[in-house]
Amino acid sequence: MSGSGHGQTMRITLKVWRQDNPSDKGGFQVVDVPGVSPEMSFLEMLDVVNGRLTESGDRPIVFDHDCREGICGSCGVIINGVAHGPERGTATCQLHMRKFSDGDTIAVEPWRAAAFPVIRDLAVDRSAFDRIVEAGGYISAPTGSAIDANMIPIPKPVADASMDAAQCIGCGACVAACPNSAAQLFTSAKLAHLNLMPQGQPERWARTEAMVETMEQFFGSCTNHGECQDACPKEISVDFIAMMNRDYVKSKRKNRQLLSQSI
Amino acid sequence: MTTTGYLDGKVPTGPIDEKWTSHKFNLKLVNPANKRKYDIIVVGTGLAGASAAASLGELGYNVKVFTFHDSPRRAHSIAAQGGINAAKNYKNDGDSVYRLFYDTVKGGDFRAREGNVYRLAEVSVDIIDQCAAQGVPFAREYSGLLDNRSFGGAQVSRTFYARGQTGQQLLLGAYQALARQVHAGSCTLYNRTEMLDLVVKDGKACGIVVRDLLTGEISRHSAHAVVLATGGYGNVFYLSTNAKGSNTTATWRAHKKGAFFANPCYTQIHPTCIPASDDFQSKLTLMSESLRNDGRIWVPKNPNDTRPAHQIPDEDRDYYLERRYPAFGNLVPRDVASRNSKTQVDEGRGVGPIKNGVYLDFGDSIDRLGRDVIEERYGNLFQMYERITDEDPYKMPMRIYPAVHYTMGGLWVDYNLMSNLPGLYVLGEANFSDHGANRLGASALMQGLADGYFVLPYTIGDYLAGMLGEKPVSTDDPVFAESENEVRDQIRRLLSVNGTRPVDSLYRELGVDIVWEHCGMARNQAGLTQAISDIRSLRDEFWTNVKITDQSESLNTSLEKALRVADFFEMAELMCKDALDREESCGGHFREEYQTEDGEALRNDDRFAYAAAWEWTGESGQQRLNKEELTFEYVKLAQRSYK
Repeated sequence: MSGSGHGQTMRITLKVWRQDNPSDKGGFQVVDVPGVSPEMSFLEMLDVVNGRLTESGDRPIVFDHDCREGICGSCGVIINGVAHGPERGTATCQLHMRKFSDGDTIAVEPWRAAAFPVIRDLAVDRSAFDRIVEAGGYISAPTGSAIDANMIPIPKPVADASMDAAQCIGCGACVAACPNSAAQLFTSAKLAHLNLMPQGQPERWARTEAMVETMEQFFGSCTNHGECQDACPKEISVDFIAMMNRDYVKSKRKNRQLLSQSI
Repeated sequence: MTTTGYLDGKVPTGPIDEKWTSHKFNLKLVNPANKRKYDIIVVGTGLAGASAAASLGELGYNVKVFTFHDSPRRAHSIAAQGGINAAKNYKNDGDSVYRLFYDTVKGGDFRAREGNVYRLAEVSVDIIDQCAAQGVPFAREYSGLLDNRSFGGAQVSRTFYARGQTGQQLLLGAYQALARQVHAGSCTLYNRTEMLDLVVKDGKACGIVVRDLLTGEISRHSAHAVVLATGGYGNVFYLSTNAKGSNTTATWRAHKKGAFFANPCYTQIHPTCIPASDDFQSKLTLMSESLRNDGRIWVPKNPNDTRPAHQIPDEDRDYYLERRYPAFGNLVPRDVASRNSKTQVDEGRGVGPIKNGVYLDFGDSIDRLGRDVIEERYGNLFQMYERITDEDPYKMPMRIYPAVHYTMGGLWVDYNLMSNLPGLYVLGEANFSDHGANRLGASALMQGLADGYFVLPYTIGDYLAGMLGEKPVSTDDPVFAESENEVRDQIRRLLSVNGTRPVDSLYRELGVDIVWEHCGMARNQAGLTQAISDIRSLRDEFWTNVKITDQSESLNTSLEKALRVADFFEMAELMCKDALDREESCGGHFREEYQTEDGEALRNDDRFAYAAAWEWTGESGQQRLNKEELTFEYVKLAQRSYK
């Protein structure tokens, strides 16, 4: 393969969080990184750094990543204080070094949230998200029980709104960006995806109550900062949080009514 | 090579459209109260694994589910963009189960098993119903009914989609169904846990040995049956559109424990990916094939044309697919589109800074339909392209080039999706069964979900019914101890090499310099022979010169990668061996010695109408060939033509 796209390279200083294990105190390591091509993705820059660390006998930086197409939600770090870095609507893997300049110092940290304990370096444990989904983030449709798909027409605007919410990649940037480490955007996106759909109606109120209350076991409370929406690589709207709050209040009454209890 | 063995795919007899129905009736059943007495291991949580685990859990089996990801939702199925095929004929354009079957057998260049393909087409309609019921937000018309688009290799619109994120939405549907079973207690989830060996006792699969990626702990798990849904081996090329973690370790270790590996040379090169930009490139990014619905592929007629694309007038452009294949135009199958791009670039007409791409131009469609329509159809793809290349595809044509995307080969399975090892089932991309030598677009999602939702839950009962009352093999059995020791030994060996080259440096050389070079889009005898010898010497270097500086038991990403790459080194050799052995061109396997005058793939049905299932004999590269003869009763063997 030939030389880099534009021929010029940058020199950056990386201040990267190193923490050997969950109980280690951790701290920043400063790494001088010459020869960075603007065409590199942020993670490719970290690959290069890891190759050099290995060659010099150091331990490479641990970070989660997989698809590198901004869809699997594995990656995500705080770059200069901002979840996923400076480009809006972009996951870390889709951020390119052309967004930085020669001579920049770049600080890289893991998501910071009590519900996302650090595993090692930049990798955190986000399994609390799975617990929220397990609590009710589904439509119960056992295999084989479905009717013909066109038997339930769904108005296009409804399907589109549901898809807007369903795009969430579960990366956790919303939690990392929130001053309260709240998971309202993640939870409300899943609720809106399912609660907007006609298929989602039978379990709507039970789902809402169970997911919100499971969320509250792990995460902080929402105080409407809106940082989550700004950090979200899929630019999911905080309007879904309003919808969730409304559904949650209603769910308290509806779930009792469904049991034929008056309030 | 020792004598060739023959294999029986166990396709039921009878007319093709009745095989599956009568087979389901003939399969033994496990009664509902007995299902909880069976343990099943599912490895992998992509479309096939998650759908299988959820469905088995719903039936009442005890399911243990393993994934190396932090969450089942991360599996690489999530990255599929364009859509999923189903023979619903909602468009009234002449589609049918038979036509989807026909298109798939023909698209696969007559190297798939007819019985399996028909069943796939048959259950495709149920998949759409199932996913819609789960709340998958498929694209809709204003009427509220489901929308379709068309895809390569078909002349009907049968592809269902959810914007450019169909794989994501289908996977989330399966993941949520699995989450429901985890909550119900029928499925137990082991995340960040990687399978490192298959355990076999008396010829039957009875469990696995895994490594906890967070603690380094090695543990043993036994079950009545083991299901592998661990994806393909495309990352043997280092650069592919696969996620960085995708690997062949689970299937390769199963192969080394006796499971036959079939047709490893059938690899698919996807025509519409973003061309590589440099040596640091860590992976390639695919742009959905659906773009070929509205984009026109061209190169400048004059290789030395330096004008920007929009200043090149129509008469100086060569729309080479439309010219060569008037009937299918830009929608020819993937292998045909890819080879044509390669020809253009090889002949010096490539575009872009290093002349390694062709144009995919939306100018005409934007003029005809308006920017809004194009944005609605492909907005997220255009955005992704711009992020990566810093070019605006609404104004400049995209630059695309083929990249490794999918592997049709995989572990050999019979009609029940059981490998030659009783008790070992293989689903989705990990098996070899349905796509022959080339997969049509939007068929991977279909196959993964067909296997997981609608095939395995029926067929596995037939095997389990015969084991009623039997306990799974104890994890204290010597076969488990032996497997565990092998795994520990390999880890110790890798960590003790302490050489000079990081894993990625050796891995890149294997994938890019050897496998892509000699066993990529075009292959020949001399190149493959060379590749095999190069792979062997680089493998020796890997085991004596790899450098892993992290010696810890905890999350050790270098060790994880080294373990996977060690298997790619053996896998690569078998792939080249298979490619060398198959002296014909078919689908994704293009041998330069065997082509028509027009440069199209030239099959040799007299000699090679079989699936090559390779049997491990104890040493890399010394596999023994077993053949499953393929017969075509319904789709007549013919040279494919998309003209």
